[in-house]
Amino acid sequence: MHTEFVMGNQAIALGAIAAGLQVAAGYPGTPSTEILETVAKRNPGNIYVEWSVNEKAGLEVAAGASLSGARTMVTMKQVGLNVATDPLMSLEYIGVKGGMVLVVADDPGPISSQTEQDTRTFGKYSKVPVFDPSSVQEAYEMVQEAFEFSEKYHTPVILRPTTRVDHGYESIQVKDPEEYTVSKAEGFVKDSSKWVIFPKLSVRAHGAIEKRNLELMDTLSGYQRNFILPVTEPMPERYRKVGIATHGINYAYTMDAFDGKPHPRILRVATPFPFPEKLALEFLDGLDEVVCIEELDPVIERALLETCGRHHLDVKICGKLTGDMKAAGENSVDVVKDALRVFLGDDPETEGKGNADGPANADGVEIPDGSNGTDASGKAEEARDVPPLPVRPPVLCAGCPHRASFYAVKMAMKGRKTLYAGDIGCYTLGNAQPLDMTDTCLCMGAGITMAQGVVRVEPETRAFAFVGDSTFFASGITGAVNAFYNQADITLVILDNSTTAMTGHQPHPGTGKTIMGDIVEKVSPEKVLRAIGLKTVETLDPLDQEHCIEEVRRIADEPGVKAIIFRSPCVVKDKPKGPHSKVDPDKCISCWKCIKELGCPALIKDGGKAAIDDSQCTGCTLCEQVCPVGAISGGGRNE
Amino acid sequence: MSKNIVFCGVGGQGTVLASKLVAKAAMMEQMHVRTAETIGMAQRGGSVFSHMRLGEADSPLIGKGEADLIIGFEPGETVRQLPYLKKGGAVVSSLKPVMPVSAMIGQSSYDAGQMAEYLKKQVEHLVLVDADKALAEIGNPKALNVLLLGAALATGEIGVSRESLVEALHETLKQPLWEMNEKALSYYLSSPEG
Repeated sequence: MHTEFVMGNQAIALGAIAAGLQVAAGYPGTPSTEILETVAKRNPGNIYVEWSVNEKAGLEVAAGASLSGARTMVTMKQVGLNVATDPLMSLEYIGVKGGMVLVVADDPGPISSQTEQDTRTFGKYSKVPVFDPSSVQEAYEMVQEAFEFSEKYHTPVILRPTTRVDHGYESIQVKDPEEYTVSKAEGFVKDSSKWVIFPKLSVRAHGAIEKRNLELMDTLSGYQRNFILPVTEPMPERYRKVGIATHGINYAYTMDAFDGKPHPRILRVATPFPFPEKLALEFLDGLDEVVCIEELDPVIERALLETCGRHHLDVKICGKLTGDMKAAGENSVDVVKDALRVFLGDDPETEGKGNADGPANADGVEIPDGSNGTDASGKAEEARDVPPLPVRPPVLCAGCPHRASFYAVKMAMKGRKTLYAGDIGCYTLGNAQPLDMTDTCLCMGAGITMAQGVVRVEPETRAFAFVGDSTFFASGITGAVNAFYNQADITLVILDNSTTAMTGHQPHPGTGKTIMGDIVEKVSPEKVLRAIGLKTVETLDPLDQEHCIEEVRRIADEPGVKAIIFRSPCVVKDKPKGPHSKVDPDKCISCWKCIKELGCPALIKDGGKAAIDDSQCTGCTLCEQVCPVGAISGGGRNE
Repeated sequence: MSKNIVFCGVGGQGTVLASKLVAKAAMMEQMHVRTAETIGMAQRGGSVFSHMRLGEADSPLIGKGEADLIIGFEPGETVRQLPYLKKGGAVVSSLKPVMPVSAMIGQSSYDAGQMAEYLKKQVEHLVLVDADKALAEIGNPKALNVLLLGAALATGEIGVSRESLVEALHETLKQPLWEMNEKALSYYLSSPEG
């Protein structure tokens, strides 16, 4: 054993490596991305790792390897599991041979996601056991136990960390390479009665799974990570009849809320499904009331209600369903403290509070939550005369080529009736003012198909579907085939910066590189689109505005599906080395067109003139091309 | 001993590297370290923070009114995190604003001067850092994070020693950068009035 300071996601990777992982696959997505990256970086040499084109592909690769006896892991964010649902539902029926752990990272808040879905609920739906770690150290140990469990019960297992575990850093104890489990895959053994899903197999497997999961409710009651903390002495009288049930990072918040002071009986649930009912009964014994401190869905709350119903217990179960916990959004130590204070009837005066109540919310979105400072805390701030804080929604970086692509389309379509369907990636930020170039965003790849639906209702609309290169490969190609086959009048725009930028620059099929470091043949989006049958597939440099505007105007009016590929590298990944742009204050007429049209963070006002923050400028020259009087010059992409 | 530290700023300013240096220094001093930081969408020019807990703690997040020290890379962001400061806690903040695009295009307003005034009114143990001036004197415009760590050292609330921070710098940076960064680290130790 030795100590390492690691992020939760790194800990999960190191734990899986220590457990004898042989095949790992996944698709990038915050907050899960670093798991697979760490497996690749710390690979002892015998692990096959891949970025799959999407989560479904990743899970199927892992399923094949697991049926061949290998220990496998698939990583994704919560919405990625939606994509991988099809294979997972059936795989649970078929079962696995080599241990298989799906790491599905949930994102309460959500901080970087479309939904606040709870993978614990998904476990119950798919009948797949779920493990829910509370800390970085626990995630490291739990992933190893999950492999054992998966192999013992021949089922895929979900490890479900949330953002604060994934992205929390902690100094933890990890195994030395000599302590790693050595696993050897037997290979695929043909047996069509086992590995081929048919109705006959399904009904038999379904029955067996339900029986197993009922038994696991007992078995998991003895799992050391499901536990009861007895009341601490000296116990305040009012704590005698109440209990707290919690899970994951919320367990840490709860313990921090008491900070070593006496607490009532606490149930910590590490396996929300199958729910450790026997242990829960022990916990409920003698209690009048329980509060469930949960994030996302009221999973434990519902399980306890079920337990009380099944066993005719007269215990009041409180939580999200009773309004004792907020229904949506991320929890924090303060949210938990406030909920416990109300529930336990503690005197608020005894809690030492600091300076003010809540920080203002930076992205300007109303969140009805004390921790984000829009309701009660807003009043507190007013009372202390807090000056108006800067409003900072995330924006496209200075010099981002997506800004130029969006602006070219916007200029070309000025005065026309348009639809700008967006998608998932950095370019979703094209929705922000002043660009305002994203009218819809649903899920990975949806923009291309949604645009088709809009033109069925409004044929006169010029519809554009913007999609990034990685998203195009992940789930855009079927939409393109659908559009071509059904002859939809849309313009498919691929914003190709040759990387998966938002999640931290992972390689994908268009980059010619793999996570293992191999150089492979690139998949060309142009060739894919031409192979589908598209006649117009135009590749443009978005930083050449005049040419782009002309081309967009011409292409948009062609009938059928046509494609534009705006290709220019991500400026964060491939830092441009050219000179930066400068404003000549004598020429600047202070019309602010550059600032108001582009919203580039490098453009600022200085002494009544436009100016450029040299530390941010990349020399993309977009502002030079937009300035009506030629006051900006000097930028360039190359030395 | 335990210490709670909040690092805050705007995505891209280097708050993460600063927190990594302190974490490294604390581990050299055999302390248990937990941190939580912003990763993902907000890194693109949004408000970002790192919470760091040295010593005993259960969760990586700090509760309101429990931070011993706030290290702010941007005055408005420092004010945003002020509710986390405990009574009598210390604040180190750069005075140089990062103007948000929303303010540049007239959708919101931001007066950074008000932030400094507010901090002076609210916080007794305060070091305001004139980063442009200090970094010009040091001769390294990119050493804002190390300069702020130096100012934090001067408050006595950072929980790690200068020696450990220097060692962490040596482990993290290439040798030609050592002298310049050590100068930045010592800037506020030699002239604590700031």
